[in-house]
Amino acid sequence: MLILSSLLLFILLAAARDEFQEELVIRPLHSGDIYASFQFRTLWDTDFLQEGQKVSHYRLFPKSLGQVLSKFSVRELHISFTQGFWRTMQWGQPFIPSPPGAELWVWFHDTVSDVDGNWKELTNVLSGIFCASLNFIDLTNTVQPSASFKPLGLGNATDHRFLRYATLPREIVCTENLTPWKKLLPCGSKAGLAVLMKSEKLFHSSFHSQAVHIRPICQDEQCSSKAWELRQTLNVVFDLHTSGQGKKEWSLFKMFSRTLTEACPLASSSKVYVDITDNPELFELSPATPLLGQAVVLGDRRTYSVYDLIMPTSSMVLSPCALGDMLRPLLHAERYVAGFGLQTGEIHTVIYNNHPYRAFPVLLMDSVPWYLQLYIHTLTVTSKSRDNKPSYIHYQPAKDRHRPHLLEMLIQLPPHSMTEVTVQFERALLKWTEYTPDPNHGFYVGSSVVSALVPSMVAMRTNFTQDQPLFSSFVPVKEESSYFVRVYTEPLLVNLPTPDFSMPYNVICLTCTVVAVGYGSFYNLLTRTFQVDEPSPPLSKRLANLIRRMRGVPLLT
Amino acid sequence: MGLLSDPNRRKALTGLLTRLNTPICIVCYLAGIVWFMGLAFEPFTLRTYMSENAMGSTMVEERFSSGERALSLAKEFDAHKRQARGMPVEWLVKAMQSRGLEVFTQSFSRKLPFPDENKERYMVRGTNVYGILRAPRAPRTEALVITAPCSPGNTNNQAVALLLALAQYFRNQIYWAKDIIFLVNEHDLIGTQAWLEGYHHTNITGMEYSPLQGRAGSIQAALSLELSSDVITSLDLVLEGLNGQLPNLDLANLFYAFCQKLGVLCTIQGKLQRNDWDTAEGYTHAAQTMMLMVLKQACGRSWGDHGLFLRYHIEAASVRGINSFRHYKTDATTIGRLLEGMVRKLNNLLERLHQSYFFYLLPSLSRFVSIGYYMPAFGLLAVILLLRVSFPGLCHCFSVSLQPSSPGVLTVLTPVVISHLTGVALYLLPVHLQEMAVEHFPVSETEAVVLTAIAIYTAGLALPHNTQRLLSGEGTEQGWKVLKLTALLYLAVLLGCTALINFSLGFILAVTLVPITASITPHMPKALYAVVMVLLSPAFTILYCVFIYQELIEAPVSVSEGWMLFLSVISQGILDHALYGSLVYPLLALFIYPCWLMFWNILFWN
Repeated sequence: MLILSSLLLFILLAAARDEFQEELVIRPLHSGDIYASFQFRTLWDTDFLQEGQKVSHYRLFPKSLGQVLSKFSVRELHISFTQGFWRTMQWGQPFIPSPPGAELWVWFHDTVSDVDGNWKELTNVLSGIFCASLNFIDLTNTVQPSASFKPLGLGNATDHRFLRYATLPREIVCTENLTPWKKLLPCGSKAGLAVLMKSEKLFHSSFHSQAVHIRPICQDEQCSSKAWELRQTLNVVFDLHTSGQGKKEWSLFKMFSRTLTEACPLASSSKVYVDITDNPELFELSPATPLLGQAVVLGDRRTYSVYDLIMPTSSMVLSPCALGDMLRPLLHAERYVAGFGLQTGEIHTVIYNNHPYRAFPVLLMDSVPWYLQLYIHTLTVTSKSRDNKPSYIHYQPAKDRHRPHLLEMLIQLPPHSMTEVTVQFERALLKWTEYTPDPNHGFYVGSSVVSALVPSMVAMRTNFTQDQPLFSSFVPVKEESSYFVRVYTEPLLVNLPTPDFSMPYNVICLTCTVVAVGYGSFYNLLTRTFQVDEPSPPLSKRLANLIRRMRGVPLLT
Repeated sequence: MGLLSDPNRRKALTGLLTRLNTPICIVCYLAGIVWFMGLAFEPFTLRTYMSENAMGSTMVEERFSSGERALSLAKEFDAHKRQARGMPVEWLVKAMQSRGLEVFTQSFSRKLPFPDENKERYMVRGTNVYGILRAPRAPRTEALVITAPCSPGNTNNQAVALLLALAQYFRNQIYWAKDIIFLVNEHDLIGTQAWLEGYHHTNITGMEYSPLQGRAGSIQAALSLELSSDVITSLDLVLEGLNGQLPNLDLANLFYAFCQKLGVLCTIQGKLQRNDWDTAEGYTHAAQTMMLMVLKQACGRSWGDHGLFLRYHIEAASVRGINSFRHYKTDATTIGRLLEGMVRKLNNLLERLHQSYFFYLLPSLSRFVSIGYYMPAFGLLAVILLLRVSFPGLCHCFSVSLQPSSPGVLTVLTPVVISHLTGVALYLLPVHLQEMAVEHFPVSETEAVVLTAIAIYTAGLALPHNTQRLLSGEGTEQGWKVLKLTALLYLAVLLGCTALINFSLGFILAVTLVPITASITPHMPKALYAVVMVLLSPAFTILYCVFIYQELIEAPVSVSEGWMLFLSVISQGILDHALYGSLVYPLLALFIYPCWLMFWNILFWN
């Protein structure tokens, strides 16, 4: 018995160190909605990709993901499922942005020889893990952005041959995607913050986004060895208008129909942050917490009331909130299709820089399916009604039925300006089997991505410390004066010329009849030569002519 | 086609066609008219049915209950409208914001080509206010539009108020899958046009507008609401849009289904449905309803705010509340519920409305005539033109005229060119010469434009028929035959194309133009036939339509009133072309009138 237990202890010590943290941030938004952001982080001081080392013992890190990572030599993986659109003008910037539908981007290890093959298999496997239609990702919607998606973790890979990026704007996110996502957590939804995730409440909201980010990071400040980080995030925006009948009062129970009782026993830290920056004296938190924390996130210093779940509490929060105008986020982008008719159109992307005096560059990435044939010579970029020449353009034209258009541009946004990027396109006529089952719904074009380093109002913390809250430490900060922001525009729904599929039978019948009757007989009439056929003369006349010929007199006619 | 390859039978057929040409043409004409009139007879029509599955079986429950609040809101809106002497923009913005919408405004201005005397406007400057209700968990790809015009005076206050009440109610619901745009537009159609052009970032009519700040993806359907009283007796559905475009029939079916469900009296063309189709009155009623639709469609203007949406492939209809002296009244709550039901069903749509018909005539709301049924009526008229082409002497002279030595080509080409130049003058000069006309004559700008148009039209009659005599001394027999052949084919193509796009316009033009053009030769008594031709010319067709329309809406007018109406119809036609891009005026001026002039030319050939 003693031997057995000491053996067990030995195994535990010998296995690589791993830890799990969970965190919930609640932030009353400018519009009166409530933003709840869950982050779960599993850190594991091991390396799947090391040659000759086969990792088979998993404790906190989900085995299903670990095996996938090592099998396909994935260096970094980011996947998100989003239902709804983040309303930047009303809600400000989210902690981790994501486009509507599904988004997947993966950096493969530079030892991989067949990247496309790995990518295809990986999407199929992930499709099974997350119960999503990621298997619809193929070469026609995959791109390799050259600059917009840099690795967020360790390593300075710049060769974009090992990067694959794809979005499925049509993907609908529902309970069936949430359940497998919850199963990846060490405590599942049994304990800890995850007990709040009751799907009927989570999907009764204005915005829902769940994501998984896996990347290698440094184990310590010296960065002597590598650790793997798995972050699972879930962002929800609750609409108090529809549920609260006008009262600006909210509680965890009202939002999630559950309350928090205890932390996940496996978690090393479990915290709830409530953002009280905007008007602290108006907030009435119950139970009150003496603990106040400060964090610099997205270029703004925010104050939080911190609840540590290791000491059990149940929180009920009252917050009167003024309904206001639109926000003016520093960076904001939107997109629409201009024009009418089913032949041509124009994609307009409008990017706003609302900074009063600073200009900054943004990277715009557009991936457009091949059936919108872009006329790249019509590409214009105008700021303040003047031509704004992009300093970098990477354009990869589409190949029909094989690969989409990829357009990346580095554009300098003048201060306090609106920059408009327009490009015209023609709608292709598809083959009749290429239409979706609901062709009159239209075809989706994924969001374009605007990535930028936005000038910060307060100094960002560049040093790597463990104790800062999870939500402020996702994107590595390289310099103090600016912070990284990614903005996704809305996807587009474009109608293509669509035949009337309800009448193929009629059309076939009509066409065949027209060809057979009309064309056939006209062809006949035009090519045949007509001759008047002399009726053969009666017998008496022939006899008479015979006699006349013998006599040598002119014949009868 | 064995018939044609056998020379004897072919000869017999052509012989029959040439011998009986005139009787066949007369029979075709009469058959065309009778067929058309028969379309209104109920046993010959089909019952309407919902084709779109997404709107059919999924019944929705209507729970809107704040009709009373809407009416008090209407009073408040009225007070603010009076105070602002126009659209109370700030109040509307606040009202929409407090209901939880994303609110945006758009200002626009438009200088009309000449003053519009019906609506008393020339320099138009206005603001559209619209609020977007964002659907939860939808990525801004699809939208529905509900619009209410903010009209001057006391009208339409209730519509705007009901719009706001609906917005408030809709905001608290979770089931929206498409964003809903609530639009209050100023200066009725001009505002709608500015908003639509702004939304789609196009500029087709020279409107000046500020760019839109908020959008919601591709618009699937739109409803326009016009309501001027607290209670109504019936709801009228208006479908006819710009250039005779109609929304998908499912939209009309949806309206009819909800009127039935909620027990609201519904009309089309302001006419209630009757059940006694087998009596003469029942038939006349249906025929009148259908004729009204044909006349409205033929004039090619938008009969409500919805009409401009159709160009952008957005199915749209106007719902107009009518308060007459019947006892049966419907309150605002019921109208709200009706709209709620319609919007919820449109919200259920998975695809754009495309299942049902786009080309139809409605003798009543529950019966429709599809394109397959009404096209033969036009076909019977159009075939006359083709039959006349095969008239003896016409066909073979064409081959003769193609020979280089023939005198035909130049003598024929000149009248064609001159007719069309007259048409171009008729199209361009009225608007461009208005200043000069105002200087020299004591008339207003509008009158100047209309009178210039009539003057050019009349001058055109005098102009071209002398030219070929100057050229070749005397018109040859062959010359007019070639000209007639060309003109007949030209007219057949013109009418055929028009009828495909706008059946009503094509049919009305065919009814008046075909008999005279088919029978015209230079050998007829000139004075008599000149009078007949003028009486059947396009301008007189418009005049007759004005009188028939007034008769059908039970507001008959005297001759002088009719003349004034005729003048205003012409000015409205020109304005519609300039403001919204209606194509009827250019079609008549640039094609139909020159074509008619070519026949006029034949009459005066010798």
